[in-house]
Amino acid sequence: MHRSEKVWLLLSFGMIIGFMLITGYQAFALGMGPPSHEERIDPQKVDETAPFDRPGITKIGENEYEVVMTLQIFSFTPNQIEVPAGSTVHFTLTSKDVVHGFQVADTNINAMVMPGYVQKISQKFEKPGEYLVLCNEYCGAGHQMMATTITVK
Amino acid sequence: MGIATEKLNVDRRDGRLVMAHFYVAFIALAVGGLAGLLQVLVRSGKFELPLGIGYYQVLTVHGVVLGLVLTTFFIMGFQIAAVSRTSGTLTNKQRVIGWIGFWLMTAGTIMAAVMILLNEATVLYTFYAPLQAHAIYYLGLTFVVVGSWFDGAAIILAYSKWRKAHPGTPSPLLTFMAVVNTLMWIVATIGVATTVLFQLLPWSLGLVDRVDVLLSRTLFWYFGHPLVYFWLLPAYMCWYAIIPKIIGGKIFSDSLARLSFILFLLFSIPVGFHHQLTEPGIDPAWKFLQVVLTFLVIIPSLMTAFSLFATFESFGRSRGARGLFGWVRELPWGDARFSVPFIGMLSFIPAGAGGIINASHQMNQVVHNTIWVTGHFHLTLATAVILTFFGISYWLVPHLTGRKLTKAMNKLAIIQGVLWAIGMTFMSGAMHAAGLLGAPRRSSFSEYGGAPQAAEWIPYQIAQAVGGSILFLAIILMLYIFINLAFFAPKGEQDFPVGEVADEAEKAPMVFENWKLWLGITVVLILFAYTIPLIDMIENAPIGSKGYKLW
Repeated sequence: MHRSEKVWLLLSFGMIIGFMLITGYQAFALGMGPPSHEERIDPQKVDETAPFDRPGITKIGENEYEVVMTLQIFSFTPNQIEVPAGSTVHFTLTSKDVVHGFQVADTNINAMVMPGYVQKISQKFEKPGEYLVLCNEYCGAGHQMMATTITVK
Repeated sequence: MGIATEKLNVDRRDGRLVMAHFYVAFIALAVGGLAGLLQVLVRSGKFELPLGIGYYQVLTVHGVVLGLVLTTFFIMGFQIAAVSRTSGTLTNKQRVIGWIGFWLMTAGTIMAAVMILLNEATVLYTFYAPLQAHAIYYLGLTFVVVGSWFDGAAIILAYSKWRKAHPGTPSPLLTFMAVVNTLMWIVATIGVATTVLFQLLPWSLGLVDRVDVLLSRTLFWYFGHPLVYFWLLPAYMCWYAIIPKIIGGKIFSDSLARLSFILFLLFSIPVGFHHQLTEPGIDPAWKFLQVVLTFLVIIPSLMTAFSLFATFESFGRSRGARGLFGWVRELPWGDARFSVPFIGMLSFIPAGAGGIINASHQMNQVVHNTIWVTGHFHLTLATAVILTFFGISYWLVPHLTGRKLTKAMNKLAIIQGVLWAIGMTFMSGAMHAAGLLGAPRRSSFSEYGGAPQAAEWIPYQIAQAVGGSILFLAIILMLYIFINLAFFAPKGEQDFPVGEVADEAEKAPMVFENWKLWLGITVVLILFAYTIPLIDMIENAPIGSKGYKLW
């Protein structure tokens, strides 16, 4: 093997191991892993199953809110959310029909919402403004219309 | 010492089989390219589809026809040609198996295409259960996969025959590479075949009521990631084993090339969860494990990059080039067979870097399902791979049809490559940028109720339309060149270049062809990465979903 080949391989492995360590540390020590909630639900009985029988926003602490939301073609329920700046919002989500995506532009919120599963994701909203919420997984002819906003005051 | 090649030309009968594959591939390029043009125009917000055609219908055409049909037909055709050239003409039995494969794939393509055109299958090529397409769509795609297994069988049989006749000698590099890619393809397609045959088909026929959505997605992505390596490895075959001959140099290291292909076989399959990182119902530890395995598959690509540039540099220096980069000037830039794939190689540098970002676990959350991802695979598949396939066509098509690539066509081919690079810079660049701002992929034009954030994306969408239109011109040029080479170019002998190994390189050890060992490790890795999460998924499955037709 050439010397330069050895150097290149060493650098390659070093870089890759670095990536593994950093992503692993962030995911498990800092709790930054991607959304992976593991609760199941009957997709045809979402409306009768707590907490989705009462979708909406509840204040659960100082600057802390819980949003229970259902996704269905081609809308989000509830569809207008308002929180004060600096709040942390915990979303609990499920789908009543097909697979949807839950993405909030300019934040790290990005989660798949699948029928049969409850998904959870949290985000702290620091900056006031209107945040666009959209479905980012193809769900049918009206997919591009499936959107709402989160207002941070 | 070199390995004696039995025949320098691909036999005419094998050539006809290969060309049949190429005709379908280039028809697919025309149809899929047109669909792509329509998409970028719609998404610019300045154009609407006529006759009630839906955006998502066009998107399904684009994905199926370019992602599955063009690629599978071209790759199987190219691999058959490579095996026939380096391991000898196929036997009649092998060739018949190849033809059965071709017709099965063609019939399947027509079935799927009819269903898409009837608007019965607007579920994109990734299926998206519980969206439910017509059973004939699923059946058609099954035929495409099963047909590709027949093609694969012809390749493996031809290799076994060579293997038996030459004990103790490493097989020809191109044949070895085609066999690795075929084996990987067969192991990977088991996943998609399983979800189609046991879940989607019975469900779309009404034999069962419900489908397990997560299981179906998991089986799809078990196939969906090795699929991208199935596209990439034939390009690597060209880069490792053909380009050195075209520039007049030698293959840097035969063993390194074989080792990198074996690593692809081992690590491209147990990594599908990195397409499902933001999904519920999968344990985060298993997601991370597959992220680690995904990182390992970067290694063979970095080895490839080293090997290629080592080939280029040693060739340039053998011509007396001096200085750090003097060898660059020695490369045959005027030869489209080199320069067009070279554009592809360059594009793989940002493409690979983007891929590492996508695979990086939590960082994936920033880009998942945004148009960034679309920008990414238009650099990998739609530039690095496809420009290499075009580069192969420039000599392989005339080689098979007994014609010659003329100077005029060579010039046009270079223009085509440059046009592609310009169009893709606009389109993919704008896609990456808009994706970082949050613009979703697989979405028709939308102002999202006048949201200011969505308004920021529109200039990028116009840039995508400009880039996409330039790419469409490049596709027309490519089709013109293909038709010329297939039917009109002057008769003559066009060489099928096969690289020779550098004199100082060591002989490849026979352990590379210990398939029991490599397939064994492949299976162990797959079982390791998938068994526990799959059992968990099935044991704790929620009640399944009924089918929806929402388009």
